[in-house]
Amino acid sequence: MSARPGQDPADSAEQPPADDREPVGTTEPGRAEEIEQEKAREGAADDGETDDRWQEAFRRIISGGWAVALGAILLAVIAGSLMIIVTDEAVQEAAGYFFSRPGDTFAAVGEAVGGAYSALFQGAVYNFRADTFAAGIRPLTQTLNNATPLIAAGLGVAIAFRAGLLNIGGQGQMLMSATAAGWVGFGVTGLPFPLHLILALVAGILAGALWAGIAGLLKARTGAHEVIVTIMLNYVALYLLSYFLATPGLMQAPGSANPKTPPTPESAQLPPLLGERYTLHWGFVLALVAVAVVWWILNRSAVGFSYRAVGENPRAARVAGIDVSRSTVSVMLVAGALVGLAGVTQVLGTVTTGFGSDIDAGIGFDAITVALLGNSNPLGVLGAGILFGAFKAGGSAMQAAEGIPIEIVLVVQSLIVLFIAAPPLVRAIFRLPQPGSAPKKKRSKAARKEVSA
Amino acid sequence: MRLELRGITKRFGALVANDHIDLVVEPGEIHCLLGENGAGKSTLMNVLYGLYDADEGEILLDGEVQDFEGPGDAMNAGIGMVHQHFMLVPVFSVAENVMLGHETTHGPGILDLSAARETVRSTADRFGFHVDPDAVVEDLPVGVQQRVEIIKALSRDAQVLVFDEPTAVLTPQETDELMAIMRQLKDEGKAIVFITHKLREVREVADRITVVRHGKVVGEADPTAPDNELASLMVGRAVQLTVDKQAARHTDNELAVSHLQVATPNGQVVVDDVSFTVRGGEILVIAGVQGNGQTELTEALIGLHPDARGSILLDGSELRGRSVRKVLDAGVGFVPEDRSTDGLVGEFSIAENLILDRTDGAPFVRAGSLQLGLRDEFAREKVDEFDVRTTGIDLPVGRLSGGNQQKVVLAREMSRELRLLVAAQPTRGVDVGSIEFIHQRIVETRDAGIPVIVVSTELDEAVALADRIMVMYRGRVVGIVPADTPRDVLGLMMAGVAPETEGDAA
Repeated sequence: MSARPGQDPADSAEQPPADDREPVGTTEPGRAEEIEQEKAREGAADDGETDDRWQEAFRRIISGGWAVALGAILLAVIAGSLMIIVTDEAVQEAAGYFFSRPGDTFAAVGEAVGGAYSALFQGAVYNFRADTFAAGIRPLTQTLNNATPLIAAGLGVAIAFRAGLLNIGGQGQMLMSATAAGWVGFGVTGLPFPLHLILALVAGILAGALWAGIAGLLKARTGAHEVIVTIMLNYVALYLLSYFLATPGLMQAPGSANPKTPPTPESAQLPPLLGERYTLHWGFVLALVAVAVVWWILNRSAVGFSYRAVGENPRAARVAGIDVSRSTVSVMLVAGALVGLAGVTQVLGTVTTGFGSDIDAGIGFDAITVALLGNSNPLGVLGAGILFGAFKAGGSAMQAAEGIPIEIVLVVQSLIVLFIAAPPLVRAIFRLPQPGSAPKKKRSKAARKEVSA
Repeated sequence: MRLELRGITKRFGALVANDHIDLVVEPGEIHCLLGENGAGKSTLMNVLYGLYDADEGEILLDGEVQDFEGPGDAMNAGIGMVHQHFMLVPVFSVAENVMLGHETTHGPGILDLSAARETVRSTADRFGFHVDPDAVVEDLPVGVQQRVEIIKALSRDAQVLVFDEPTAVLTPQETDELMAIMRQLKDEGKAIVFITHKLREVREVADRITVVRHGKVVGEADPTAPDNELASLMVGRAVQLTVDKQAARHTDNELAVSHLQVATPNGQVVVDDVSFTVRGGEILVIAGVQGNGQTELTEALIGLHPDARGSILLDGSELRGRSVRKVLDAGVGFVPEDRSTDGLVGEFSIAENLILDRTDGAPFVRAGSLQLGLRDEFAREKVDEFDVRTTGIDLPVGRLSGGNQQKVVLAREMSRELRLLVAAQPTRGVDVGSIEFIHQRIVETRDAGIPVIVVSTELDEAVALADRIMVMYRGRVVGIVPADTPRDVLGLMMAGVAPETEGDAA
């Protein structure tokens, strides 16, 4: 006590004891001042450096929080319902005589929305019309199958986010990993089952890692912005693969004129996880393993600690002896490997009959939304990946059963991300507390306005 | 214009940042608001400026109650504020910044820049300084940027001017010039609120002093009151303004820097042929006006300037050319000048920040895995030892006050086995209570026989801490003199004039 310079006995006598260590007491008014100062600093810095503003914006998006994610999903589903109502023919018909029999309209609305989401559920989780449990559960396995590459690639985007890098190159990384895995798959013959598979897996993952590593290296060595580099590498990968596919003797299936590879031999395929009757393959297990590994990297490992330090404050990281360039390169290698896993599971698990240059199926970009929805957190990415996998599986079922265009599902997906990107909006609608609203009058005021509007 | 604040109360949740504060500022008066960091000074001014709504109390201008919805209302009512961190658009010219927010146009939406230029010129002339209205703000020195802020406030006919910690970023000369401008403004009949925690400045310009502590007005003081009386009002106890230390006892440890040269990427030499030695058991303070190469010198010592030339020998082994990691491993502790950008990761917890530079191996990392239990134990120990005032070790470090943040940096850097300590501006933006603590720890490090380098732009601190003082000017060493060198000699040295008795100095 006496060693502490904060108080002398006379002073603590005249003050309430809470003031002695004053954990919140004195830090907070200072905090209020500091927020203002920070705001000023940010304002000054942002005007000069667009790069920082980018990163700041993304940092804010990815720290959105769980409540916001749930709220965003709910809002998007409501918006989706409205669209179903507006586009449903039965509703339109009943609305024509709304004033004579309004009940009809509401019945039609209920039927349209209820039917749509029940079809979505049955297409994505459990089909109640199936005779057996084994058949009924098939949609869920399809959902998990869809989720596999989304989770893997989502992790690849998320881990890069956490290190302050925006990996927009999922498409290219997937294409290159599919190319490498596919080539080892059908190009190398005579290897027995697990060996061939492992070789193809490793080749694909390495290819993805290296492709992303190019962006990391350019960023570390020359300062080239990773967004531009990864986007451009997408094009390079796409046209490179297109060229391979169109050239006999490279990747084109022999005796075919289509830009498509030969099928993946069974010795290089990821075996089905629950037997032949389901499409779900061991790739899903690999994705789960990846979730665990990324969680460990980010939360428990020294290298993940340095990634996060570099992501949050590269200057402080550098002064603390962390090699920022090396972190940049290595996190991009890891990110590329994860996205590469997504490409590999596509080629060796889901699409084994030969693939074209559309093998990425937009997953490289969906991965960005998965990472955003998942709050750049491995478990969040797992949940978001499964959700989007379910949308994908249920969307087609909904279209088949209810005639509701699958685009509605895509709109709902997009709206989720849109709401995620605007946390204050979601918080205002659901009256969630705004972070830092207490000391910042301006922000809480804006929120109040939004609520009353 | 007479400004009166009556019973202003501002609460943030359970916390009362301003507790029934009364303040009267008469026209033609400089009223100092003195208080430690976190005392609630800035909160009060943000209430005045319309950034916060007061929970209770009222603001009166010339006896009329005001209701400010935002800074716009406050400006229109005649309140101008010079922020600590300037609210200027760096890529705009001076004239553009001055007109920003109340642009005048002639014709269809054409900006009347010439009027703004004229405003800048006439205001600058009135105060006897020169500002080029067409200069781009980001190219101007900090002191001049502040003048632009002042011109901006005056151009809106401000009658009440608030200076929020205006000298924090200024060199001593610029501070003197600012004081002169403030006096002139006072003579013009403006009411001036001067927020600071630097006692000397207060005594120099204040007509009245109000001391704020824990959100309350704890007293008014006369500018002629002695320093220690003001300081004890501020912190509520007797403060020791001098550093208590024994005579230096030298050890064999030694840092020898010779012919060190650092150039910026565009070829400007910022550290020019600097040579000095620091022996174990002594503190060498590098003094000088900020921006004379001290920053780059310390950065070069730690390995942040890989292109530096010359030699840095620590106990005989060369540090120059080594990576930051290797320099730290050699036993160098480094307290960076700007803790929030270079010293800490604001979003990380205290515990995480305490091991920020320990991710390369044992004891906190085994087999690539962080030892969280060990880390937390270590963090609790250090928080206790360094008296970091916090609710817990998991609190993001950015939520701590400046002084407590600095203690975290210090705790981290002093917890390794040191062979050299480099502390740049260790007490900048730190409250008086923490300053004393930090000084003590630095002296303890010295007494442990470790060479210590402290960079300080505050002459008081330099004189109090140093065994020897090295003054830098424009990247060069003006001289190395004993700590008891008269202040006027040091002042001249800071202006680049070498001491006459150089022979016995170095």
